[in-house]
Amino acid sequence: MTNLVWLVPLFPLVGFLINGIGWRKIPKTAGGVIGSLAILASFAVSLGIFFEVKNSGASTTVHLFNFIESGKLLIPFAFQVDALSSLFLLIITGIGFLIHVYSTSYMHEDEGMVKYFAYLNLFVFSMLLLVLGSNYLIMFIGWEGVGLCSYLLIGFWFKNRDYTNAAKKAFVMNRIGDLGFLVGMLLILFNYGTLSYNEFFGQLNGGQVQLSGNMYNWIAICLFIGAMGKSAQIPLYTWLPDAMAGPTPVSALIHAATMVTAGIYMIARSHALYNLAPAALNLVAIIGLATAILAASIAIRQYDIKKVLAYSTVSQLGFMFLALGVGAYTTAVFHVMTHAFFKALLFLGSGSVIHAMGGEQDIRKMGGLNKHMKITGATFLIGCLAIAGIPGFAGFFSKDEILASVYAHSPVMYYLALGAALMTAFYMFRLYFLTFTGSFRGTEEQHHHLHESPAAITMPLVVLAIMSVIGGYVGLPAVISEHHTLNTYLGSVVSNFNVHHLEHNTEWMLMGLSTGLVIVMIIVARVATKTPNFVENTGIAKVLENKWYVDELYDAIIIRPLAALSDALDRFVEKMGIDGIVNGIGRLVRWSSDRVRLLQTGQVGFYIFVMVIGMAVLFALRFFGLNY
Amino acid sequence: MPVQYYLFLSLALFCIGMMGAMMRRNAIIVFMCIELMLNAVNLLMVAFSKMYNDSAAQIFVFFIMVVAAAEVAVGLAIIVMMYRKVHSVDINILNRLKH
Repeated sequence: MTNLVWLVPLFPLVGFLINGIGWRKIPKTAGGVIGSLAILASFAVSLGIFFEVKNSGASTTVHLFNFIESGKLLIPFAFQVDALSSLFLLIITGIGFLIHVYSTSYMHEDEGMVKYFAYLNLFVFSMLLLVLGSNYLIMFIGWEGVGLCSYLLIGFWFKNRDYTNAAKKAFVMNRIGDLGFLVGMLLILFNYGTLSYNEFFGQLNGGQVQLSGNMYNWIAICLFIGAMGKSAQIPLYTWLPDAMAGPTPVSALIHAATMVTAGIYMIARSHALYNLAPAALNLVAIIGLATAILAASIAIRQYDIKKVLAYSTVSQLGFMFLALGVGAYTTAVFHVMTHAFFKALLFLGSGSVIHAMGGEQDIRKMGGLNKHMKITGATFLIGCLAIAGIPGFAGFFSKDEILASVYAHSPVMYYLALGAALMTAFYMFRLYFLTFTGSFRGTEEQHHHLHESPAAITMPLVVLAIMSVIGGYVGLPAVISEHHTLNTYLGSVVSNFNVHHLEHNTEWMLMGLSTGLVIVMIIVARVATKTPNFVENTGIAKVLENKWYVDELYDAIIIRPLAALSDALDRFVEKMGIDGIVNGIGRLVRWSSDRVRLLQTGQVGFYIFVMVIGMAVLFALRFFGLNY
Repeated sequence: MPVQYYLFLSLALFCIGMMGAMMRRNAIIVFMCIELMLNAVNLLMVAFSKMYNDSAAQIFVFFIMVVAAAEVAVGLAIIVMMYRKVHSVDINILNRLKH
């Protein structure tokens, strides 16, 4: 089975080619079926690979062909099949498949549906390439591929200028991060002469090449900058909330299964490097923590259902980076997995709501939807419980594990992270209560239109809801069970570094503390939304509603100076400098030829005369023995 | 016959040709004068060829005659065109480039 791993990315690629080439001709339903089947086939192969890896615990490199061969440099096109990549394969293809099924119904009214499926398949293909590559270059190809696909899908409704701007923003921000990744990659290549994981990590662990301590940090930080862009961390996070411009299933795909988890995967994959780079690891933790708090605080005051979820993703990604930063790599992967379930669930649920509301996304105009959409409401509630960290749901286990690891690292960071987790509980339940309970606040027309979505939409919701409940039981906390299934599974590839185990009593206490406070926050959210009145926000709330004015800040300190600089360059260098030189030469030629022109009298006799005189002079020179 | 006679004749022809080309305004006369200069040179070459018993110069003369013939064809054509255009062969009229 492992040798067939190339089939996994092949199916989506074929799906992309069929739908992409024939998108004008293929009927909508057929396009949806082709796209979904391609991912389903990948999922089936992935399952086989997963269980094979689970049983054998082996890491295999499947060599396909040599990609770059130049002098001593050899970069093969090879796939790495091990516990880490096979787990990601399952997440990507599994959730990707559900999102495809969902899209067949959600996008059915759209004329570009087949093209949309082509993009989705390409997206999944790129992501699979990213996680399967056995060296950084293959990862980088996938890395750029998901960047491209996010651009295509965010700007899918390209007739709206705001949407295309959001797409461009995502692309440019990603490019900034990609540059960091590229520099990091070149540093590795320069110092170690290889980009293969096995060789690179082997050399790191074996210590054949000793670098100065700072070099490890620089490489790790460069790679982390790449992760910042792709996984939306401070300062490159602002593209992700804007990415809501795309169709809702795309948001689910970007936020849950693909794209944003790439950064986590990359750092978890490079853990051998980060273990040697304590400063970089600290930076990861601090950035992650700051992002978690900042994004959570913004989410509290957002009114767009998708914006709330977007900031919650940014915040949850912050948690994952925090976990990576304290060395709890497998915990971060665990949270990637559980987060993929409930965030896909929440996004698809919000899509179902938006569908029923006829395109309305403002939660101030919703309310009481539970009466009309029972399945969506119930599954959304499960998603909220999971993300808030109520015991028994998937999010609880992974988040608790992160918090415990952070506590062992530094109690101060723990309290800050706990604050972010509590904000998560608050804004998620604020969202839930405002949307699904109370009375309807929209127009009469919308009220009539309210209905439960068709089965193609609700089925994925139910599956994801089930996964959001049971997904966490692969990683039970140490106080409950000594056997941590996920850690054991991942153990052959990546294990936690420098994470101290807590006393059981401490762990119980932390768990109790966070659970108790989360329940309090839910009650607070209930009270706060009991009688919704939406007055103009003032003070800190207004700052939060406007996202801490970060976009405005970037506009002021980066975009405007840049625009002013371009303007100055245009005016002084281009117009005055370069154009001045070019036009000046032209003018000089005109002016001088105006003078020289007078020599030409136009009298043929005069010309002949000058010719004769000239010849005579030449002969005379020759005659007097002068050489000319 | 000593070679000096040829030299003086050739010099005289060349000078006539040169003065004619410089002084006259009729394009055809100027043209003929140029031909005269060419042939003066030809004469000189043949004379020296005889003097040194070397036929190389005569080969040059043939070349000059061939080129001169071609030049006549082109030159006369230009003059014909010029006459059609301005109804004159006076070279002093052809000064429009000045303006």
